[in-house]
Amino acid sequence: MKKTDALIIGAGPTGLFTAHQLKLIGLDCEIVDNLDKVGGQCIELYPDKPIYDIPAVPECTGEELTNNLLNQLKPFDIKFHLSERVEEVKKEDNDWLVKTSGGNSFLTPNVIIAGGVGSFEPRKFSPKECEKFENKSLFYSVKDKNIFKGKTVSIFGGGDSALDWAIELSKESKVNLIHRRDEFRGAQATVDKMHALVKDGKINLFTKYQMANVHGEQTLESIDIKHDNDEIKNLKTEHVLGFFGLIMQLGPIANWGLNLNKKTIEVDTEKFETNQKGIYAVGDICNYPGKLKLILSGFHEGALAARACFKLARPDEKYRFEFTTTSTNLLKRLGKKE
Amino acid sequence: MAKITYITSDNQTHTVEVQNGLTVMEGAVQNDIPGIDADCGGGMACATCHVYVKEDWFNKIPKKEDGEDDMLDMAFEPKTNSRLSCQIIVSDELDGLEVNIPSKQA
Repeated sequence: MKKTDALIIGAGPTGLFTAHQLKLIGLDCEIVDNLDKVGGQCIELYPDKPIYDIPAVPECTGEELTNNLLNQLKPFDIKFHLSERVEEVKKEDNDWLVKTSGGNSFLTPNVIIAGGVGSFEPRKFSPKECEKFENKSLFYSVKDKNIFKGKTVSIFGGGDSALDWAIELSKESKVNLIHRRDEFRGAQATVDKMHALVKDGKINLFTKYQMANVHGEQTLESIDIKHDNDEIKNLKTEHVLGFFGLIMQLGPIANWGLNLNKKTIEVDTEKFETNQKGIYAVGDICNYPGKLKLILSGFHEGALAARACFKLARPDEKYRFEFTTTSTNLLKRLGKKE
Repeated sequence: MAKITYITSDNQTHTVEVQNGLTVMEGAVQNDIPGIDADCGGGMACATCHVYVKEDWFNKIPKKEDGEDDMLDMAFEPKTNSRLSCQIIVSDELDGLEVNIPSKQA
């Protein structure tokens, strides 16, 4: 069990800057995120797309923004717990007991949910029957490529993941590549390489087809794919891989007794506190009159929530507002003064 | 102003007036029409405002711009008449538009 002044759920831009604000005012914090890297939507959805509306930063990509935020956190020691999803948040006396899928538990007076629109999960095939083979012969990511050796693998998708794996696995497996249209959104060099392998007969390409059904009793035997013109083709296959990107799911947050509005959490605009004392929501996941889903709004919300955390983490001390330009205290914390 | 009809997957019909300049997605969200999630808020970054546009209308409304088909690759059960409703901007010409909402957004 780890004790901390505040636990942040979500390592996107809002979560990272909230951590900065907490550390600056002298509080400890740790961060949990379901993804295997920091950056949240900025890294997962648009790492290369420029953002033009961060104050005083005329232009930067999602990746640059994330790296800059990490740089800003360098003076501080912050523990990240990546690839872990928060499963449970329970009241324990005056604190919250938080448990993650990675087996970590935290005891803290403050939980700040900076969860974007929930946690990222892979988008799945639409036929319900596919669930039967999930994580047995049908996967949404590759953990061990050796299991495909010498087997037939049917890969669905049109982006870099689908193309990269089709190319890689074609060395030692029979590969079918299935996509809903003729155009691929992967990098041009990768698309060209794939087409060359199709020409050489190393990859069987099926475009304008989508998954229609799966067959097999204990193990997967074949799949039906359906063309735009409704024609159905049956493919013998031992494995299926689907790469349709990620979707955000609210997940366990829905069970924590918070007032929800669709996929967002209702907060006040003074502390960004939810209906539960000591649980805050900031960034895209919070909702209040006039809410804008902008990164700059998340920064503001995180700064205010951090001050609210101070009251619960240091009940006997008085929070004093200070500027980083002049405060010796803050400059010490930032490592700029002995 | 345009009258837009949203048909949910269980065949419920919702017809609402949507102001010019708003998107078909915003028309649905502001009128609490179920089935359009719009997780990213209209940024063409999530494919959770996916709709099917009836053939005749599909050819009449402004065409898809770069990137929309890339996002539609990730949508739930995309078809040839799939669109992201956040990319369809309402104008007088869209009066009478009908869109079908898929059974799920993901």
